[in-house]
Order: sequence, then structure tokens, then C-alpha cells
Amino acid sequence: MKDPTAAPQDDPATPAPPGQGAPGYWDLRLYVAGQTPRSVAALANLRKICEEHLAGQYKIEIVDLMANPQLARSDQILAIPTLVRKLPPPVRKLIGDLSQTERVLVGLDFQPHH
Amino acid sequence: MSSIEVVRRSTGGALAKSATGIEGLDTVTGGGLPRGRPTLVCGGAGCGKTLLAIEFLVHGAVRFGEPGVFLAFEETAEEVAANVRALGFDLADLVRRELLVVDYVHLEHSEIEETGGYDLEGLFIRLGYALDSIGARRVALDTIENLFGGLENEAVLRAELRRLFRWLKERQVTAVVTAERGDGTLTRHGLEEYVSDCVILLDHRVIGQIATRRLRVVKYRGSAHGTNEYPFLIDEGGLEVLPITAAGLDHTVSRERISTGIPDLDAMLGGSGYYRGSSILVSGTAGSGKSSVAAHFVAAACERGERCVYFSFEESQDQVVRNMASIGIDLERWLGQGTLVFRAARPSLDGLEGHLASMSRVVREVQPQVVVMDPIGTFLSVSESADVRGLLVRLLDLLKSRQITALLTNLASAVEGTLEQTDVGISSLTDTWLLLRDFELGGERNRGLYVLKSRGMAHSNQVREFLLTGHGIELVEVCLGGEGVLVGSARQAQQARERVDAAAREQDAGRRRRELELKRQAMEARIAAQRAELAMEQERLDRALDAESGDRARLAEDRAETTRSRQAGRTAAEPGPRSAP
Repeated sequence: MKDPTAAPQDDPATPAPPGQGAPGYWDLRLYVAGQTPRSVAALANLRKICEEHLAGQYKIEIVDLMANPQLARSDQILAIPTLVRKLPPPVRKLIGDLSQTERVLVGLDFQPHH
Repeated sequence: MSSIEVVRRSTGGALAKSATGIEGLDTVTGGGLPRGRPTLVCGGAGCGKTLLAIEFLVHGAVRFGEPGVFLAFEETAEEVAANVRALGFDLADLVRRELLVVDYVHLEHSEIEETGGYDLEGLFIRLGYALDSIGARRVALDTIENLFGGLENEAVLRAELRRLFRWLKERQVTAVVTAERGDGTLTRHGLEEYVSDCVILLDHRVIGQIATRRLRVVKYRGSAHGTNEYPFLIDEGGLEVLPITAAGLDHTVSRERISTGIPDLDAMLGGSGYYRGSSILVSGTAGSGKSSVAAHFVAAACERGERCVYFSFEESQDQVVRNMASIGIDLERWLGQGTLVFRAARPSLDGLEGHLASMSRVVREVQPQVVVMDPIGTFLSVSESADVRGLLVRLLDLLKSRQITALLTNLASAVEGTLEQTDVGISSLTDTWLLLRDFELGGERNRGLYVLKSRGMAHSNQVREFLLTGHGIELVEVCLGGEGVLVGSARQAQQARERVDAAAREQDAGRRRRELELKRQAMEARIAAQRAELAMEQERLDRALDAESGDRARLAEDRAETTRSRQAGRTAAEPGPRSAP
């Protein structure tokens, strides 16, 4: 989010996932609009939850709609921030700053054995 | 009059408006919706909110050079496009030409988990991007209230809506925001709190099994507007509002006269027929020949090269053409040349107002000089309420303001004595009123016609019998019998009787002449006789006189003789007197 570019970018703080496309692999996309306190909080919350439950099995992509406004329409984004679970299917949507961890876990539908 | 215009002009200058391009709505709002501000359009399900929003955008893009963005919250872009395709709007084409963006905002509560604070910046970015991509000046949000169903946090939503409308105003786009009608409130979620510059209420109600649509401008900040409920319709041409105020009583009238198509009727109407631009009511009992009078008028107008529209509410085009051919009026020819346009439909088909509105649409498209509505009574039978009459007034006003001559036929009740009352409702709207009636006399029914009224012209007060012949209507000279006007066989009988009477009178006169002659001769004979008698008397008298004068002469002679003889007896010196004894 420091350098919003024309294309969505991977979160540099997340380690590269080992086995892309493997079962149990998580592909997450966070939509933000500029660097607002809420966006920053949402990203921090998301990282924390992922590290805790999905270490090494996830990828976080950040989309800044300020830089890519056309994606708001194609990806059906309304609220900011919005987190989209692209993998595993089905696609799930979470809105808000991800501060309510319980709801995030329910929304992302984490399997209890992780 | 002129002062009102001045006021209108000054308010029009104060508040810029965006024409919707919807017929009638721009009249009611005095030019359109407030430019650069949001307008709330509310109403129940299926009342035409979405259509109004789409027309606002389509007309803006096509006619006023203002591209638009349609943000759909209820239907997908494909569904929206399919819904209005039947009305002749090709949204896909407008999208290709970059005059329109249709964006479907999908929001399903069950698919979304709320995990903390958020705002709707995504919606702003999305809308802003769409606006920028085509340089849009207009926006429709249909129906943004759906967000209330998709999002849990109403406080956030309300704050964001407030921000959205402010943002739209800042961006100077003219917006239409649709909302569902609430229970006792204008909108279910109180959107009127945020959008208060202009509020339009649409209504769809059923009265007497006939659905009627109404539109009302509840509020228009900073502008005068019509406050009535205006009927509107949705048909193959889209949405149309019927404004009452569009036509008033300030239309100029023509002094030109046009033929009725029936020379004898022209003669009854001051010798030259109807006034151009007047409205004519032809009422009469069933089968009295109303349509035939109308057909004559139409044929005459077509003959003059004028365009005509024939609205038939009971018979199909073919039926009318066939029936009129039977009395020698060839409507087919004019239909073929396009001077006559025929529209046949039952008024109950799509609601009364709808029908009247579609008629005014046809009138605008065809631009005729003559319009026939046959028969108008079906409207009154659909609904007796006063607003039906009001609509007829509006339609007639529209026609009058365009100098279109309108001929309406109406079925009158056959009950004796009520002929002239049944039509009172609409008769006051018409300038010329012809009444056709049946005379039942001597076991047959015959037709009669008279001019009940005709404003602004000397007209005949006679009841004429009219005949439907193979070459049209013929008005027969009035025949007055002992019981009034005589028609049909009674008339023929009366005429025969009159001929006999005339002959009898002729004979009678001859006889009298002869009698008189005899009398004269007798008189003359008497005179001659008396004259002869007189002559005889005279003769007798003469003779008597003669005799008397002879006696006197003789007497004198005798005396003279005596004297002479006396003087001879004495001396000659003695004078006569002394000779007396």
C-alpha cells in the first residue's frame, strides 16, 4: 500500500507460499482504498489471524481501489475494507477491519484441525 | 396571464433543470428535474420507478447529450436491459457508444460477514469511476434501499447515504434515486430525509378493476410545480404523463369551416359545416347511424388531403371498412394512402388513462387534422368517476390546442325523454352536438337527425329524416303531419295523402269556380231582367208624361182659342186682362 501501482500486489510481509494450488492452500485478497487507519488495522488483523491458523498455507494480495478503481465493479466491492477468500472455493466475502476475530474465523470458515 | 409567464421565467432562470424527456413530466415539473441535485422517486412495487429512472438516463444520453450511469441494486444489467428492450430502449447499444454504464451492485446478506468497522468507499469509487469513464452527467440509483437488507450496520449505512448524496451534489450530477413506498411514509427507510430537493411519488391503484397509474410531485424545492395527481401510463413507447395544465382555455380558435361530408348537413349548420378545431358530439341510440356520420366526415377530410385518425373502441378496422363500404364510403383507399390511420382497441384493455394517453401519443405522432372517437361512451362505461371526465377534457383540450377537429360519437339511452340528459356529462365540452334518433311509428323504425346545439353559428332547428343509402347519408326534407315530423312509410303515406288532398282541393276549387260562374250568370240574368223592367217602367212613365204634356198643350190651345174668340166678340181696343171675368 505504500506504493500503489496499477496491478494488485502481494503483501511483501507474507512469506511466499510453499505449494500454490495444493489442497488446503488459501488465497486471500484484501480490498482497501488508500492508506487509512482502518485499512492498516485490517491488514494487521488479517496477518495475525493467518499466521496463527494458516502458517505457510496462505497468500495475501492487497488491492488498492484508489489505484485500480475499475476492480470495484468487476469484483463487486462496495464496503471498504473487504476481504475476499478466493481459495479454497466457494468464494467468501468479509467486510470491516477484521477486528472481531471470531467473526473472521466464521467468515473464512476455518477448519478446526488447523 | 403574462405576469404568470414572467414569474415562471424568473424561477426557471433561478433553478437550472434537466429535462427527463418523459412526455408530460417535464411539463408538470416546469422543465425537468433539478440539475445537479438528486431527486427521489418513490412508489410501490411495479409502479414504474425503474422505468422512469432508465428513461431519464436514455433520453439524457440520446437527446440531451448527457451520458448517464445506472446503478442497479435489484436486477442484473442483463435483466434491466431485457426489461426495457420491449419499450424500444437498446441499452447495450448505448453502452457500446459509451453513453451509458449499467452496473449491477450485488449485495447478499448471507454471503457477507461483518467483522468490524467499514465504510462504503468502494461504492463511491465504483460510481466515481463509472462517471469519469464516460463523462456522465446523470445517475440513477435503483433501488439503493436494498443496501438496508444487505448490511447489518444501519448507522454506518445512513451516514454513508448522507455522504453519498452530498457527494453527488458536489459532483454536479443530476440523480434519480428510487425507493420503495413505506407504510405511512414516503419511503420504507426514510430516504426522504437525505434527498429532499425533489420528491416524485408514483402510484398504481386499482379502482373498479381498472388499474390506473398516478404521478405526483410531492415536493420541488425552489420551483413551482403542478401539485395534482397526474395519470400516467407505460406502453410500448415508455412512460408518459398526462398533464392537465398543458392545455387551457387560451387556445386560439379558427373561423375556418369544414364540410361534414354531407351537403344537407352542411346546409343545416349555417351552410358550411363544422368549425375547424371544434369538437363535435354525435349521440344517438343504437344503430341510428353515428358511425356513418363519422365516416362521412373522415372521408371528406381525406378528400381535402387532411390526415385523420379513427379511434374505434368497439369495431375492428376491417369491420368499419366493410360497413362503410356498404353505404358507399371507401375508407380502404385512404387507409392505403396513409391519410387515414386506424386504431382499434377496447378502453378496458389497459386502463382508461392508459388508453387516453396512448391516444394522445398517436395524435402527436400522426399529427392529424381530424380525429374521430367512436364511440366515446365505452369510456364512461368503464368508469363513471369524475376523473374520467377530466381526462376527456384533457384530451379534447389537447386536440383543440392543436386545431384538430374532433368528432366523438356516443351511445345515448333509448329511453324516451332522456336522450338529451345522458350526455350532459360530456356535452358541455363539445361545440356542436348532433342528435340522431329513431322514430318508431307505424311498425317501423326510421332515423332522424337534428342539431341540438352548435356554438357560434346559425343552425337549423329542424328535425330531418336521414336515410342510409348505397351512396351515403341523405337528409330528406322534413314532412310535417298532424302528429309532428313524419318519417319513413308514414312520411310517404302523408305525402301520398297530401297529393290526394291536393287533387281533391283542385277539384273542389274547380267546382266552386263553376258555381260562382253560374251564380254570376244568374245574377247577371237577374240584373238584365230588372234592367228590362226598369226600361219598361221608364217607357210607361215617358208615355204618361207625353200624354200629360199633350193635355196641357191642348188646354192652353183651348184657352187661347177661347180668348181669341172673346176678343173677336168685343172691340179690339180692349186689352186682354180686362177681358178676364
